[in-house]
Amino acid sequence: MIQSPAELQNLRDRYAKGMAQQKAGILVCAGTGCVASGSLEVHAALEHALKEQGLHTSVQLLLEEESTGGVTAVKSGCHGFCEMGPLVRIDPEGVLYTKVKPVDAADIVAALDNGEPVERLLYRHPATQQVFVKESDIPFYKHQTRVALANCGHIDPNDIGAYIAKDGYQGAANALSMPPQDVVDNVLEANLRGRGGGGFPAGRKWSIAASVDADQKYIICNGDEGDPGAFMDRSVMEGDPHRIIEGMLIAGYAIGASQGYIYVRAEYPLAVERLRQALSDAEAWGLLGDNILGTGFSFALHVKEGAGAFVCGEESALIASIEGERGMPRPKPPFPAVAGLWNKPTIINNVETLANVPDILRRGVDWFKNSGTPSSPGTKTFALTGEVANTGLIEVPMGLTVRDVVYTIGGGIRKQMAFKAVQIGGPSGGCLTEEHLDLPLDYDSLQQVGAMIGSGGLVVMNEETCIVEVARFFMEFTQNESCGKCVLCREGTRRMKEILQRIVDGQGAESDLGLLEEVGESVQAGSLCGLGKTAPNPVLTTLQYFEEEYLAHVRDKRCPAGVCPGLKTFAIAAEDCVGCSKCARVCPVDAISGKVKEPFVIDREACIKCGACVDACKFGAVVEVA
Amino acid sequence: MNTMIIDGRRISFEQEANVLQVIRGAGIDLPTFCYHSELSVYGACRMCIVDVAGRGIQAACHTPAEDGLEIKTNTAKLRRIRKMALELLLANHDRDCTTCDRSGSCKLQDLAQRFGVRDIRFGQRDVKAPIDASSAALVRDPNKCILCGDCVRICREVQGIGVLDFSHRGSKMTVSPAFNKELHDVECVNCGQCAAVCPTGALTVKNEIARAWQAIHDESITVVVQIAPAVRVSLGESFGLESGKSVMGQLSTALKQMGVDKVFDTSFAADLTVMEESSEFLQRFQSGTDLPQFTSCCPAWVKFVEQYHPDILGNLSSCRSPQQMFGSLAKRYYAQELGIPAEKLFVMSIMPCTAKKFEAGREEFQTEGRPDVDVVITTQELGRMIEETGIDFAHLEPTSLDMPFGFATGAGVIFGVTGGVSEAVLRFAHETVTGQELEHVVFQEVRGYEGVKKASFDMAGTTVRIAVVHGLAHAAELLKAVKAGKEAFDFIEVMACPGGCVGGAGQPISAQMTASNQNRGSGLYKEDQLLQMHKAQQNPMVNSFYQKWIEEPGSEAAHLSLHTRYGSRKRIQGEAYELSQQPEASVDVQVCVGTSCYLKGSVELLKNLKYQVGKDEIDEQVKLRAAFCCQQCAEGPMVLVDDTVMNRVGADRLPEVMHEIKDKIAKQRQMLRR
Repeated sequence: MIQSPAELQNLRDRYAKGMAQQKAGILVCAGTGCVASGSLEVHAALEHALKEQGLHTSVQLLLEEESTGGVTAVKSGCHGFCEMGPLVRIDPEGVLYTKVKPVDAADIVAALDNGEPVERLLYRHPATQQVFVKESDIPFYKHQTRVALANCGHIDPNDIGAYIAKDGYQGAANALSMPPQDVVDNVLEANLRGRGGGGFPAGRKWSIAASVDADQKYIICNGDEGDPGAFMDRSVMEGDPHRIIEGMLIAGYAIGASQGYIYVRAEYPLAVERLRQALSDAEAWGLLGDNILGTGFSFALHVKEGAGAFVCGEESALIASIEGERGMPRPKPPFPAVAGLWNKPTIINNVETLANVPDILRRGVDWFKNSGTPSSPGTKTFALTGEVANTGLIEVPMGLTVRDVVYTIGGGIRKQMAFKAVQIGGPSGGCLTEEHLDLPLDYDSLQQVGAMIGSGGLVVMNEETCIVEVARFFMEFTQNESCGKCVLCREGTRRMKEILQRIVDGQGAESDLGLLEEVGESVQAGSLCGLGKTAPNPVLTTLQYFEEEYLAHVRDKRCPAGVCPGLKTFAIAAEDCVGCSKCARVCPVDAISGKVKEPFVIDREACIKCGACVDACKFGAVVEVA
Repeated sequence: MNTMIIDGRRISFEQEANVLQVIRGAGIDLPTFCYHSELSVYGACRMCIVDVAGRGIQAACHTPAEDGLEIKTNTAKLRRIRKMALELLLANHDRDCTTCDRSGSCKLQDLAQRFGVRDIRFGQRDVKAPIDASSAALVRDPNKCILCGDCVRICREVQGIGVLDFSHRGSKMTVSPAFNKELHDVECVNCGQCAAVCPTGALTVKNEIARAWQAIHDESITVVVQIAPAVRVSLGESFGLESGKSVMGQLSTALKQMGVDKVFDTSFAADLTVMEESSEFLQRFQSGTDLPQFTSCCPAWVKFVEQYHPDILGNLSSCRSPQQMFGSLAKRYYAQELGIPAEKLFVMSIMPCTAKKFEAGREEFQTEGRPDVDVVITTQELGRMIEETGIDFAHLEPTSLDMPFGFATGAGVIFGVTGGVSEAVLRFAHETVTGQELEHVVFQEVRGYEGVKKASFDMAGTTVRIAVVHGLAHAAELLKAVKAGKEAFDFIEVMACPGGCVGGAGQPISAQMTASNQNRGSGLYKEDQLLQMHKAQQNPMVNSFYQKWIEEPGSEAAHLSLHTRYGSRKRIQGEAYELSQQPEASVDVQVCVGTSCYLKGSVELLKNLKYQVGKDEIDEQVKLRAAFCCQQCAEGPMVLVDDTVMNRVGADRLPEVMHEIKDKIAKQRQMLRR
């Protein structure tokens, strides 16, 4: 039980000292990505190897026996560089091993002694072949500034002590020593904007809730991360759960809430497990519950698993879900800050927003505003996916350009192909083109071009991506995830998807583009909640920036990227065909005919455009024609 | 005084809850599908969007009315969005308007016309969902549903039931009862308020016009019509007359022209009900038993009690409803007076109510296997029948009703409005208890449209406490307070529909529900004023009926023909769900998972049982099933092993259950061997 800020400080020092006594610390990434590629086996192998060498120690031993030497091997949260997982980091040097297998364990342990890192496991830059020993030197990490993700991959998320040793709960201790209004003012002044999508200043929300008089207020952490490809919130919940608890504690104190909920997607079982563990540890250590740090402030937290609906990321739908109702948005006003959960003033902040709060309170407003842009201070995490060389989770100062992210951190486009577009902000965001490569990534710049940061999904596309198909994919997603409540979103997204489906199937007409825009604009302007209001963004932005590609589909019946099966046409170039008949034999619908040793022909009516003949022909005689 | 600018006009307002009300108050009929001032704000139809200066496009229904707002209701963009919303709705709507019951009173049709939607660019509805016509009162056609949620909210918020709710999401969303069961299979009380608020033909009153015509056209049958009190003040609306205006005389003329033999007034039976119910009440009041006495005229309320509060069934008045009293006396006595066999007498009710259709089909109300009331036609349906004949209803000469059951006092007439039954009973009870003639017959305390009215009356030194509720949610609330001992009453009148029967779902569809209901109510009070007599006990026809057939109120004969009893419906009707997949199993094991047993751990028991049965490798022989409430709640958790009932089976008694199962298997095996 920690009963005062001084005790917290003592504990921090003791823990840090204990950790410093070890010879080395091994951190095996146990984020979902690395676990899937076998990191738990790697961890077991490392522990085994350490024991064999008599080097194994544990945090507990380091703290209790004041022993020196030894090596701990702990499971950490996500390191972010998922492309190269399973990842193993060696502290204090910060060596990063990539794509580690259990058989590598002995070598890794041996390297601890001889000081020579295992070279074959080090990151090698694909273009320059340069080898990097330290994680912090790798371009993927070098240009990042990690705040929300600071501890992810650096501590054992199940060890509250490890968090405290990294100055954890200091921000809360500072906050609890101030009047609540000062805490609100700090966050207001820091201009911390909501990281979940809209970018609404968190401090403004807080001050509304703080000013309302109520017998009960609530703080909710929105962990219902649902954008396809986005996993920054999951990483924080899995890798640094106490940061969220601390953020909520501060927010609760600031607005006068004594209860809080962490609403997590049920599809994130590891996050749920780690949050529950963190909650019970924080309670046991007196950092949650009654009279926290002897300040008289009491705060309780609950974990609520979501029911698998994207729309529950919308504030009022999320509240309905916690209340046990169907997850459907409610009309606003009243806004949750005035009447939210069970009609009480409620603040809902996204995971990443709350993860920024402890550092603002610990390191100060000025420190926070040092990074980012004046209107969007601080950092933002992005889930970098798609056709980029280095996929993974990154955190960069706001205002970095798309080019910096895609080329400097992301390592450029895979297979040296040309950049085509980047879809930012998931199904609610928009598509940006080459002309936007130097656009700064901040709330306002993106909004100006019809996109939004959203939760920070960045899907990079190359020339082989069909933009119409991408728009169709996102429309299908939002249509499935629309709660069905308001007319425009329910019916509009469905019809937009139908039109897009028609276009990719080669059945589109030019008039479809106008209709698509007309429906899209109505859905955008008239929908009840954020899901509907933003659902048309991928379509409207691509219509704007890739009109030619749409026209090629509807006017020329051609898919420039060669993706849409409905628009493919295959033919056999007579001059290249040797008449081997292989294509005819692999054709599943017998659409190819001819005499052996004479050029074969494809019956275009019968052809289902599966492409089997293209793959089968050794002479490159089967070609796609427009 | 607050003001806002609406389309350039400065409009002052005071108490309006939202911008929509201010706009409508300013004479602009901003359309909505999902807004009803009686229900919570839902904000889904997006038809009432307006442009609020500085805030952009907002739905007026959920924008609070604030001083200084500047609002545009009619911009190019707003019109485009509204029209798009309509076009999108129509694309997914079964547009077979010509054969739809709601053609002409359909809001979607109306708005499509108003907005000039001529072209639907998204094709036709692609799925044809089955139509649910299982209910006695209502028909649910999901193909016409526009998902405005009005039915969902009125059932939950006004009636406190929640029969309907949304299922699935996105474009697959539907409104349906739980597990997509049919309406007759769920806890629907047939009040029909869902159909009354439905803007389209997705929920309609069950149409029984054909049966009515068939009887009318059958020369060998005597068709006797009874007209409920609330019908006379609403039928005119179907013919462009104002609501609240009594058209009883024209109605009598029309029915006779249509070929009906006798036209009577349910208010006569209501007078009879006053006699029976008041006598019953006075007896209970004096003996202090089964109090409070609840009214039982409303069939939706009766089913509500049967389902949710069977413990107070004894507190319900045992009186049949006026409709059923009439049916009973017609079949038992009137047929005799006419000298025809009962099966040649056809009783047709004209009711403001959909639940009356259900009530008429109840087993309790049959005489010698035949229903006392043969068909129930709602006001709406009657309007349509008259339209079909081409009769110019509005200009008909009134005629008087037939005797003896065409004679009613004001007491019977005000049955049609909330508080009316109580007032009629008070007019009787007061005279009976005090022994003095009641001069002032108006009991203002029980009039009005608040959800719950409470009043106390002094009668010869004793105080009678009365509560009047309409809307079953209010009733449930009051009941909770009564059961908890927080409030005490002697007599409680409950009507399910807002405003009482005048607000019944069988009434003509009205865009202004509350206003029409109150006009109709005022119409009934006015009718009471105009009538010669105001007390049931004054009705000479009622008195002679007693003399001739059933002696006096509460007599044995009266009990036989005018009273009834109701039973619990707490058990969920439905099949048991099979959990293990062994069709050749020989022992049937059912574990009750009704709420009470569930709370006592029966699901745990079920799981353990399933595990144990598998472990002991007898799962081939055991057909393990979860059963719904077996109504042995006090004895739960309950397990049935074939026909052996085992009560209070806690987790510790698992071995006993296993023993019983194995015993049964062994015995059966022995039998098989022989």
